[in-house]
Amino acid sequence: MAKIHITTTINGAPTEFLCEPQQTLLDVLRDQLGLTGSKEGCGSGDCGACTVTIDGRLVCSCLVLAPEAEGAKIETIEGMADGDTLHPLQKKFIEMAALQCGICTPGFLMASKSLLERNPNPTETEVRYWLAGNLCRCTGYDKIITAVLDVAAEMRESAR
Amino acid sequence: MSDIQYKAAKTVREAVGLMAAAKGKGYILAGGTDLLVQMKSGARTPGVIVDVKKIPEMVSVVEKNGAFTIGAATPAAVLGEHKKLRKAWPGVIEAANLIGSTQVQGRASAGGNLCNASPAADSVPALVAAGCIVNVAGPNGKRAVPVEKFCTGPGKTSLKTGEIVVSLTLPKRPKNSSDAYLRLIPRTEMDIAVVGVGVSLTMKGDTVTDARVGLGAVAPTVLLVDKAAKALIGSKLDDAALDAAAEACSAACKPIDDKRGTIKYRTKIAGVLLKRSAMIARDRINGIEHRGHRPV
Repeated sequence: MAKIHITTTINGAPTEFLCEPQQTLLDVLRDQLGLTGSKEGCGSGDCGACTVTIDGRLVCSCLVLAPEAEGAKIETIEGMADGDTLHPLQKKFIEMAALQCGICTPGFLMASKSLLERNPNPTETEVRYWLAGNLCRCTGYDKIITAVLDVAAEMRESAR
Repeated sequence: MSDIQYKAAKTVREAVGLMAAAKGKGYILAGGTDLLVQMKSGARTPGVIVDVKKIPEMVSVVEKNGAFTIGAATPAAVLGEHKKLRKAWPGVIEAANLIGSTQVQGRASAGGNLCNASPAADSVPALVAAGCIVNVAGPNGKRAVPVEKFCTGPGKTSLKTGEIVVSLTLPKRPKNSSDAYLRLIPRTEMDIAVVGVGVSLTMKGDTVTDARVGLGAVAPTVLLVDKAAKALIGSKLDDAALDAAAEACSAACKPIDDKRGTIKYRTKIAGVLLKRSAMIARDRINGIEHRGHRPV
């Protein structure tokens, strides 16, 4: 079976890869492209550890077939920091200890970034519902929610 | 290692051709939130995966003379962001937007939810209440199927080999109409309905002039409950009418006993949700907003 040749854009960089028809985007990101920031937690779209955006839309990369990446614009956690400068959400997660083991963190960061791009002033309830597809077994969520709300407030303040 | 093929169809005709040629081994890939999970578990083993998201009419929403036609593979998140559609059919949209997480919403579609044919599919009771028409294309041309006749059992649809669901049409709304969908789950989010009820109402003043009721997760397929609708039509949604409609819903239940809910519990809850959904639909007709917790 011939592999499929895919041309896509990942974190702004034109990227090509070869894949099997049933391979997931997550497997290609991690195993072929060395982008291991996206994690495989459940592999069934329940935990959100593999969260990326495709054409600006938040998705679980474990539930996307790699060939679907053809012509798409994909953003992963590796594209979140600007060189050595962390994104405000990344800084805040560290500052407020909004992580422990860290496996869920890339997914939470991607999902939180997407939320704040769409809604710079979410309520606590809205943050909790938006992030309901990201599971964390360490923190108990409160520190994550507080960090996201703090960053939202800071970003609103600096946008004034 | 595998002989699976991936094909991205560019037209409905091409997708139908690929599905017909696959002779029952073809699977449509819309959002993939069911298909990929089923492939990983071994529950489904496609020969050909036909991705339909490059077909414009299958991923867009078109309004024509007051009727909305929703591309079968349009992500639920896109439906939720469509202001006119949400205004006309808030119940259908809240049902579609209850499926899975934000990430799942970015992919999962109403067409896929319907074709997966789960009795607990969240969007289907609302589509049944809405009087949705399923637009099917196949090797022998097109046909239109009332949504309540589309599924034939758990995981089974009336699609023949080579046929695909292209879109879903929601009819033009008379004035003073609205709808609502409620489901019961043991958690607040990310779960499968124990019972789901969709209600669509049209009113004149405070009297119901038309109604449809869709009931999910309590029978092998989602049910259209005519008797419940009849109990509501002509009433002012007074207690007697709501009790009669709730009783009709409970009487229509043929649920299973499982870890999510017992037969007795599901049967009772079907009536409770009918009453609450009907009252939300009425509120909406009267301009009172009911929104979920989605921040955008």
